[in-house]
Amino acid sequence: MAAAPARPASSWPAADEAVVAGVVAADRLVWAETVAGGGYSHKVLARGTTLRLTDLAGDACAHLLLFNADQPFERLNVADTVKVQWQVYAAAGQLLLSDQGRVLATVVADSSGRHDTIYGTSTAVRNTARYGDGAAQGATPAGRELFALAGAKNGLSRRDLPPSVSFFQGVRIDDDGRPGFTGSAGAGASVTLRTEMPVIVLIANTAHPLDDRADYASTPLEVLAWADAPTTPADPLWDASPEGRRAFVNTADYLAARGLK
Amino acid sequence: MTATATTATVDFGAELSRETVAARAPWSAVLTAGQVLTIVDLDGNQAIDFLAYAAADTARAYSAQATLQEQDSVYLSVGSVLRDNESNPLLTIIADDCGRHDTLGGACSKESNTLRYGLHTWAQHACVENFLAEGSRRVLGKRDLVSNINWFMNVPVDPDGALGIVDGISAPGLAVSLRAETDTLVLVSNCPQINNPCNGFNPSRAEMIISAGATS
Repeated sequence: MAAAPARPASSWPAADEAVVAGVVAADRLVWAETVAGGGYSHKVLARGTTLRLTDLAGDACAHLLLFNADQPFERLNVADTVKVQWQVYAAAGQLLLSDQGRVLATVVADSSGRHDTIYGTSTAVRNTARYGDGAAQGATPAGRELFALAGAKNGLSRRDLPPSVSFFQGVRIDDDGRPGFTGSAGAGASVTLRTEMPVIVLIANTAHPLDDRADYASTPLEVLAWADAPTTPADPLWDASPEGRRAFVNTADYLAARGLK
Repeated sequence: MTATATTATVDFGAELSRETVAARAPWSAVLTAGQVLTIVDLDGNQAIDFLAYAAADTARAYSAQATLQEQDSVYLSVGSVLRDNESNPLLTIIADDCGRHDTLGGACSKESNTLRYGLHTWAQHACVENFLAEGSRRVLGKRDLVSNINWFMNVPVDPDGALGIVDGISAPGLAVSLRAETDTLVLVSNCPQINNPCNGFNPSRAEMIISAGATS
């Protein structure tokens, strides 16, 4: 298993090409990496990039933040994402919305179903209380500490880290409003996103804050991205809801003025 | 402190100030550690959008996610500790006449209004406008706006994950009281939304009372 990002991405080791076979030709890859448990990564992706995250061993948790690469003060807005679409549980077809009423990325495929938009990522305070340490370089890093590093390398400070979403470790809310941690769907589950704008992607792979196991568990996350096509008006997703259609129209309006297709 | 603590049963100490916030208007203040802010829904069924920051370091903004991680409910009520994004306490809810408040739905904005209600609502006033205008007087900007609290707003999470914004469970004169655990800047938007039931389709006044805190 690759321990470092492939450079160039098309040189992703042959041992892993079987994973890619049938999905994408190696020469279209723009990001190919295995993020260790407790690790982080980041990349600036063009509009129309497919980003596939895979929980290789069953205990990955991909905490995700997205920013408009042109003006990173426009960024993922979790509250608008769940409110506008009337749904807190992420699934294929979900639009990840910015605070400007635009679509940063769409969730186009999901074989996990165990995701969370409510609880975000862990803090150093919480991980220190739970595991004895939350530092980025320690054995039980807090997601916010990992985001702080990933963000800093894109010119972002702690002030720029808003609420996040996470994939591969689920939470469900009961009738009284209490959360229940449902864990992962097992090894091999994947989530595929499609970028609808040029975006900065920050990923922290660390235990979900509500993971109820006493011992810290965080296993490798595979990240593959390749050049592809954004959603167009011909795609059923464009018109899947009136709110979503208006978000795609807002996005197209921005991109046209910005000179981006 | 119990789950039945209301603004009628808890001692907040001497009253220091009392201000009425007009319908649709913003408001802000710095609370000294120990002081109590009581937010009154004067006319009833009014959502009041709320953010908080550590006064000494405004990068430490309120975090809905860090707050919910440390309690066993997705709703806010008495005993909820409102935490910053590093999980340090900013404020504690010490009295509540309403029973349940939202921190999932965020604030309305002109931009999200175009998605929810259509482009024709673009010209309408919105909470993010209030947060930006009032925040700019406190050296806060767009980067500082994060998921907020909606006092007096009822946003249930259904078993299938559906998120509703339904009729308020508040009434005229009901209030919620927050004790500052550290010096805290609070930023308020008296919600101007007229396209859903969060304000009963009629934005109304709020009252902000700052008290010295109980001396015991």
